[in-house]
Amino acid sequence: MLAPRLIARLDIKSNNVIKGIHLEGLRVVGQPGPMARGYYENGIDEIIYMDSVASLYGRNNILPVVEEAAREIFVPLTVGGGIRSVEDILSALHSGADKVAINTAAIANPSFIHQAARVFGSQCIVISVEAKKRGNENWEALTDNGRECTGVNVLDWVIEVEKLGAGEILLTSVDSEGTRRGFDHDLFRQVRSLVEIPVIGCGGAGSPDDIIDAVKKDDLDAVACASLFHYGHSSPIELRRALKESDIITRPEINP
Amino acid sequence: MIVIIDYGRGNLFSLSQALKTLNKPYLVTDNPDKILSASRLFLPGVGAFGDAMDRLKDRNLIEPIHSAVENGIPLLGICVGCQILLEKSEEFGEHAGLGLIPGKTVRLPNIKHKSKSRVRIPNVGWRALSIKSHAPLLGCLNSDDWMYFVHSYAPSVKHSKNIAATTNINGLDVPVAIQSRKILGVQFHPEKSGASGLKLIANFIEEEF
Repeated sequence: MLAPRLIARLDIKSNNVIKGIHLEGLRVVGQPGPMARGYYENGIDEIIYMDSVASLYGRNNILPVVEEAAREIFVPLTVGGGIRSVEDILSALHSGADKVAINTAAIANPSFIHQAARVFGSQCIVISVEAKKRGNENWEALTDNGRECTGVNVLDWVIEVEKLGAGEILLTSVDSEGTRRGFDHDLFRQVRSLVEIPVIGCGGAGSPDDIIDAVKKDDLDAVACASLFHYGHSSPIELRRALKESDIITRPEINP
Repeated sequence: MIVIIDYGRGNLFSLSQALKTLNKPYLVTDNPDKILSASRLFLPGVGAFGDAMDRLKDRNLIEPIHSAVENGIPLLGICVGCQILLEKSEEFGEHAGLGLIPGKTVRLPNIKHKSKSRVRIPNVGWRALSIKSHAPLLGCLNSDDWMYFVHSYAPSVKHSKNIAATTNINGLDVPVAIQSRKILGVQFHPEKSGASGLKLIANFIEEEF
């Protein structure tokens, strides 16, 4: 894999960065502005902002947070949570986002993926998949930040979203999420074998070795970390150095 | 005045913030007079080639852009703003571009086999540039200055003298910066490429042509 991306994921609730385990039991871990700035200065490749309650309340209130970040952070920003329409995507892009991550609205209405990709280009449309293990090599796609079951099989769904024009898949293992017990490599490999578009692995990264495996063995294009960075267990620079020792080249360190 | 051409398609916010950070006063406008009297022109763009050209036509911006370039105003096209500098595209059917640089946009080459240097399409991520010696505008960059890309199509130019930089994608040296006189097009996003991208934007503004 050529230069995998290291992404920081910030889950936002009421203008705070929050973090839970299995997307539940959320607690405040910091303020989005200073945290994003810190990751930028530490050489993060990209930042994902996820509004953790947007679908629940049917609104999207993280755009001011994104706009503030885009004033001083010059790396790609992805915004997810509560993206339901072409207008929502436009608002996110006008706030400085480069891409949007869509889950609930895509499952409710898959043709929205096609529509969004035709208007904004596939490269703008990330499909967020929250995968809950339901037995051997079987995962169900959840929505509303892990709150709602859909009956949709993840392995069928990723093939469909690629056909509909998704540009990337943000693949989160709900079972591993927040545990730092390691990625669900089985899930990552299954999805990797089914689609050609870039896949971002997320949920459970506990150490640089996990990320090295996701890149080398699972063949993913990017990893998104939250707890690992938020609680200071590792940093983008540390990860970069660990990857380099395993012969994985990433973007050179440059001080902003 | 530095002008960011506003035609309803482009990440104007990030580019504006980049200029603000660099302390460069700028104007976001679709006013032809402002475009014709600009000191530098930025032509951003996201989305599809044909759609971008339709928007430029809707706002009657094609003639002013041609006149400004003929008058010697330096122009930097970014992403789709770079692609439409070319004559045509094969994305979603054939579309005519501005024709400022001979060539067309083509789909990035894909490969199926697993390899260490394989790039999936869309090409999303940070890549190193191979800068040509005849590209003074990119002379401010060194090999550690990687840029952020997010695209499925890229320029294919008729004359190699118009290639300012390439990046290797699935075994092919893809032109990702193209140049002709005072026109520069970059397929990557300097406004999203951290300190390296800001350096390039500053250089485009400060460099004497």
